[in-house]
Amino acid sequence: MDFGGINPVILIASLMVASVPILLAALGELVTEKAGVLNLGVEGMMIMGAICGFITAVHSGSPVAGFVGGALGGAALSLVFAFVTQVLLANQVATGLALTLFGLGLSSLMGQNYNGIKPPLTGALLPATLREIPVVGPIVFGHDWMVYLSILVVAAVWWVLKATRLGLILRAVGESHEAAHALGYRVRLIRLGAIAFGGALAGLGGAYISLVRVPQWVDGITAGAGWIALAIVVFASWKPWRALIGAYLFGGITVLQLNLQAAGSRIPVEYLSMSPYLVTILVLVIMSSGRGRAALNAPAALGQNFHATR
Amino acid sequence: MLRRTLLATAAAGLGLMTAGGAMAAGMDKVKACFVYVGPIGDGGWTYQHHQGALAVQEAYGDKVEIQYQESVPEGADAERVLTQMALGGCNIIFTTSFGYMDPTNAVAAKFPDVKFEHATGFKREHPNVSTYNARFYEGRAVQGTIAGMMTKSNKIGYIGSFPIPEVMNGINAYYLAAKKVNPNVELSVVWAFTWFDPAKEADSAKALIDQGVDVIAAHTDSTAPLAEAAKAGGAVIGFGQASDMEAYKPSPRVSSIIDNWAPYYVERVGALLDGTYEQSDVWAGIAGGEVLIGDITDAVPAEVKAAAEKVRDDIAAGTLHPFTGPIKKQDGSDWLAEGATAPDGDLLGMNFYVEGITGDIPK
Repeated sequence: MDFGGINPVILIASLMVASVPILLAALGELVTEKAGVLNLGVEGMMIMGAICGFITAVHSGSPVAGFVGGALGGAALSLVFAFVTQVLLANQVATGLALTLFGLGLSSLMGQNYNGIKPPLTGALLPATLREIPVVGPIVFGHDWMVYLSILVVAAVWWVLKATRLGLILRAVGESHEAAHALGYRVRLIRLGAIAFGGALAGLGGAYISLVRVPQWVDGITAGAGWIALAIVVFASWKPWRALIGAYLFGGITVLQLNLQAAGSRIPVEYLSMSPYLVTILVLVIMSSGRGRAALNAPAALGQNFHATR
Repeated sequence: MLRRTLLATAAAGLGLMTAGGAMAAGMDKVKACFVYVGPIGDGGWTYQHHQGALAVQEAYGDKVEIQYQESVPEGADAERVLTQMALGGCNIIFTTSFGYMDPTNAVAAKFPDVKFEHATGFKREHPNVSTYNARFYEGRAVQGTIAGMMTKSNKIGYIGSFPIPEVMNGINAYYLAAKKVNPNVELSVVWAFTWFDPAKEADSAKALIDQGVDVIAAHTDSTAPLAEAAKAGGAVIGFGQASDMEAYKPSPRVSSIIDNWAPYYVERVGALLDGTYEQSDVWAGIAGGEVLIGDITDAVPAEVKAAAEKVRDDIAAGTLHPFTGPIKKQDGSDWLAEGATAPDGDLLGMNFYVEGITGDIPK
C-alpha cells in the first residue's frame, strides 16, 4: 500500500488538514470577488484571525470560542477595508495591499505577550472506534470539526451562489453593479456584507493555523497562506468546488514534499520545497492560456468601485 | 646594534605599556547589545540568549545597559541593525546566530572601538571580533542514546535547519550514539531551511511521524515539533532544543539540551568593565557548563536514563568523545581511525554524513 515509502492514506488524511486554512480563506475571497470586490488583504485578515482566535481561546479556554473570535477579528479588519473602498471609494488594490501590511503589524503588536503559550487543544470529533477503520477511518472520520466545517462551507457557498435568490443578487452586483442598482438593490450594502463574510472566513482560516496546525502564536505565522488563497480563487475560476480541489492540490504538494524528504527520497530538497509554488504558477498559466473561458468567468465588475450618482 | 636593540626594546616596552594602559583602563558603564534571530518568546534559542542578557543585567546592575533587537533577518538587514547599534553607543554587541557571521565582521571593520561577539561562527577577521560557541553535539550524543533505546519502530528523525557544520555535527553525533545502542536504527532527516517557522517545523515533525518515526530531535528554534509530537498521545517523544521547554514534560519532552549562555555573557561584559577584555574563541561543552542536559523524565525507563546519564558524565569527564573512531563517511571513505577522536577543525568544517545515514545533504 506504500508508494516510494509513502502511505497514501496518511498522505490524504494530512493534506486535508494542511489545506483547511487556505481553503477557508479562498472561499471567503471567492464570495467577496463574486460581489465585484477585489480584496488583496487576505493575508492580513488571516493573521488577524490567527491572533484574535488565539487570544480568545487562551482566555476562554474554549477552542470553539477561539474560532468565533478569529472570525470576528478577520471580519473587523475587513470592515476597515469596506469603509475605505465602499464609502470613501479608494482604490481596492492599494487598499488591499495596505490591509495586509496593517494586519501583519497589528497582529504582531497584539501578540506581544502571547509567545510560548499553549492554546486549548482541538481534538478529533468522532470516537476512536470509527477512526480505526482501515483506509476510510483516517481519511473520513479522523479529523477535528473544522475540517468537516470547511467542506460544509464549500457546499453552502456553492448552493447559495447557484440556487438562491441571495446568490443571484450577489452575482448581479458583481457582474453589473449599475444594473443591480437600477433594479433597486443596495450595491454597497451587499458588497459590505460580502467583504465581511470574506474577512470572517479568512479569520477562521487564520485561527485554524494558530489553534490547530501549529498550535501556538508567533509573528507572521500565516507565512504567505493568504496569497496562495488569492491564487486559488483564480485557479478555481470562481467556482467553490474547484477551490476545494485547488486547496487540496496545494496542501497535498506541501505535505508530499516533506513526506518525500522524511522517506529518504533522492530528489533534492530545493526542488521539493519550490514545487507547490511552481505547480501553482503552472496551473495558473494553463488555466489562462485557454483564452477566454477562465478569464470570462471573472465577475465583470471586479475591482470597480460603485457610486450611485455617477 | 646595541642602540638598535635598545630602541626596539624600548618601543616594544612602550607598546606594551600603552596596550596595558588601555586594557587596565576598564569602563565605568557598558552598553551591551544583543541581536536575536527570532522573537524572545520562541521558547528556545533566542529565549535562552535573552536569559543570558538578563543575567548580565542582574550581575552588574547599574553598570550595564542592555539593548536588544528581536527577529533580525540574517543578511543585509542584520548589517543595518548592527550599524545602528554601534552608532547608538553600544560597547559590546553579541550577534547570536550563524548567519550574522559576515555582517558582524563587515560592521566590526567600521567600528574598531566596539567589541563584537559572534555566536557559532568561525570568522574573526578583525581584532575586535570574538567568537563563542557551545559543543551542542555532546548533548546530541546523550539524546541519540535515549533515541536508540526508546524507539520501537527503529526509525528516529532529525529536523535540520540549514546544512551548516553545527547542524551536521548534531545529526552525526545523534545518529552515532543511537547506532551504538541500537544497531538497527534508521535516521530520517528533514531539512526545514529555517531557524524559526513554527508552521513549517510542525509540518516537518508531522511528516516524520507519518513516516513511522517515533523519536524526533529538532535543530530549529521553536517548540512546534514538540507540540506536534504531543498530538500523538505518548507514542512519539522528542527533546527540548536550546531551552528546557519544560512545558512539554514529562512527555513528549523526555530530556533537553539547554544552551547556558549566561556565564559567558557575564564574564565577557565583566572583562570589559574591569579592562581585562581580549579577543577570544570559546568553544565549551558539557564540561564547561555551556551545554546543560535537561532533566531526563520518568517517561523513559530507569536503565535508559542511567545509560544517557553515563554518556553525559563520561563526556563531562573527558573519557568519552562523541566522535571516536573507527568512523567512515557516508561514501565509505575513512574519516577517523580506530580510537581516534575528531579534531576540532574537522568538526567546525563538517559537511558530510557518517556512514549509515541515507539521503543527500542539500548544497
